[in-house]
Amino acid sequence: MARGSARRSSLPFGLVLPAIVALGLALGYPLVRQVVLSLQEFGLAQQFGQAPEWIGLGNYRDLLGNGELWPVVARTVAFCLVNAGLTFGIGLGLALLMTRMSKVVRILTQCGLLLAWAMPVVAAMTVWQFLFDTEYGVVNWLLTALGGDFEGHSWLIDPWSFFLVATLVVVWMSVPFVAFTLYAALTQVPEDVVEAAQIDGASARQRFVHVVLPSIRSVLLVVVLLQVIWDLRVFTQIYTLQKAGGISKDTNLLGTYIYTLGIKGGDFGMAAAAAMFMLVLTIVLTAPYVRMMLKQEED
Amino acid sequence: MARKTSFPARIGADVVGVLVFLACVFPVYWMVSRSFLPRNRIKGEHPEVVPTHGTLDNYRRVFADGSFTDALVTSLTVTLLTVTVALLFAFLAAVAVSRFRFRGRRTFILALLVIQMIPAEALFISQYKMLDGMSLLNSVVGLTLVYVASVLPFTVWTLRGFVAGVPRELEEAAMMDGCSRTQAFFKVTLPLLAPGLVATGVFGFIQAWNEFTLAVVVMTDPSKETLPVWLVAFTDSRSRGVDWGAIMASSTLITIPVILFFLVVQRRMVSGITAGAVKG
Repeated sequence: MARGSARRSSLPFGLVLPAIVALGLALGYPLVRQVVLSLQEFGLAQQFGQAPEWIGLGNYRDLLGNGELWPVVARTVAFCLVNAGLTFGIGLGLALLMTRMSKVVRILTQCGLLLAWAMPVVAAMTVWQFLFDTEYGVVNWLLTALGGDFEGHSWLIDPWSFFLVATLVVVWMSVPFVAFTLYAALTQVPEDVVEAAQIDGASARQRFVHVVLPSIRSVLLVVVLLQVIWDLRVFTQIYTLQKAGGISKDTNLLGTYIYTLGIKGGDFGMAAAAAMFMLVLTIVLTAPYVRMMLKQEED
Repeated sequence: MARKTSFPARIGADVVGVLVFLACVFPVYWMVSRSFLPRNRIKGEHPEVVPTHGTLDNYRRVFADGSFTDALVTSLTVTLLTVTVALLFAFLAAVAVSRFRFRGRRTFILALLVIQMIPAEALFISQYKMLDGMSLLNSVVGLTLVYVASVLPFTVWTLRGFVAGVPRELEEAAMMDGCSRTQAFFKVTLPLLAPGLVATGVFGFIQAWNEFTLAVVVMTDPSKETLPVWLVAFTDSRSRGVDWGAIMASSTLITIPVILFFLVVQRRMVSGITAGAVKG
């Protein structure tokens, strides 16, 4: 009996061990190493064998002082808020409309959303690049046909229209998740409560604000948080648009900035410091999400 | 919330619904339809909205130099390895978390939740340095290692729900009938978990198949590219003139397996993701 319980108590540790080892090796160790790297001078000379030099907070000081980081951060935050806001607004509006559509149209809409959602991000990027292509793009053709002067117009060389295209793709890809999740939540709102409010004389607006919204509050929060976290780390869309002939200097977001510093530029010390900045930013934003998920877990 | 909706309100909603459908479908439709058009018809004076008489030339050009097939093999290898390893590790961990109370359980769950929110961009610099030091850059093993870690937290989290969904009483009943705990688990619980394992595996497959950020960092050698990296490079090769037909053909090929898999798991997708999935 004693043997049995001893075995049982060590069993769960054995079961989680492989997962912990994998996470430790692929994430834990690099994390520690990144902290170390961010405190060292680690540039091209070190790539070729010179020993890295400890420079304390030098990289962080450089990063905060070199005038490059803050515009990137401002751009990243602005891009994130605009995209998350648009995605959430459109997604919520669509979810509400879906409760009113006739069945056929609702299924049609859901099929379309599913298709956009399922599209692999790189495939979506090439298609949107194609749609906005200077020469072959259907967007330029359409705008010209409508009387605009868009023949041979290049969308990716101006930062504003660059981000317009990026926003369009990101929102297009992200709305389905929000719409489906919120629609699912809306169908769970108990009908009798809404009806009771109606009998009590609540207007449609009042019913929405005082009955429907509170009952889907936690789902709304999770969706907003996830959207903000995801839009803060947009990388693939920016990277591919930059490659497609867009300018990269005024269009870097945090992810592509770190990539440019480290992988492309070889300054791993600075890149590590910038990555630490991004890591901390994400963890701060993730805290409320984690708290909610844990509470749900305990219920 | 299926309340009666007034007629004009429903018409309005329906009109928006149809417009949304078109906005969602159009890019996909354009991709597939252009992939069957010869170059001179892709750039016509007027785009052919509903083309007839296509060609397979674009698809032939995709396969012409063999690089697509190489990337396909790399992608399939990395993806299948990732799914297998992640599913195995995650399954064990999920059983531990949902069937046992042990010290550190809460910390483990907390760590999973935090880890799955960490963006690849915040760690790829040091992951690159680590793989470089282990001579695992441009290797399937190296990429699989970082993929397993990025898929694992979400996989454990999802499987945990499935394991918890199998009532313990079933297992206990089997044990009353003379099964050992292990036997009860393999004969009763595991078969009931099969759908959950399949769904979770499919999630993992889609994630690894689509992943771009880590792949572009780890697989820098053109002969080691995965499909997403190959596609971006292929789109970028301006020197031979942009071959939109072939680009759309290869995009279509990369999309097909994902759409098929997506249809399999779409019902679980919503609940799965709010429970913590990550779509990068």
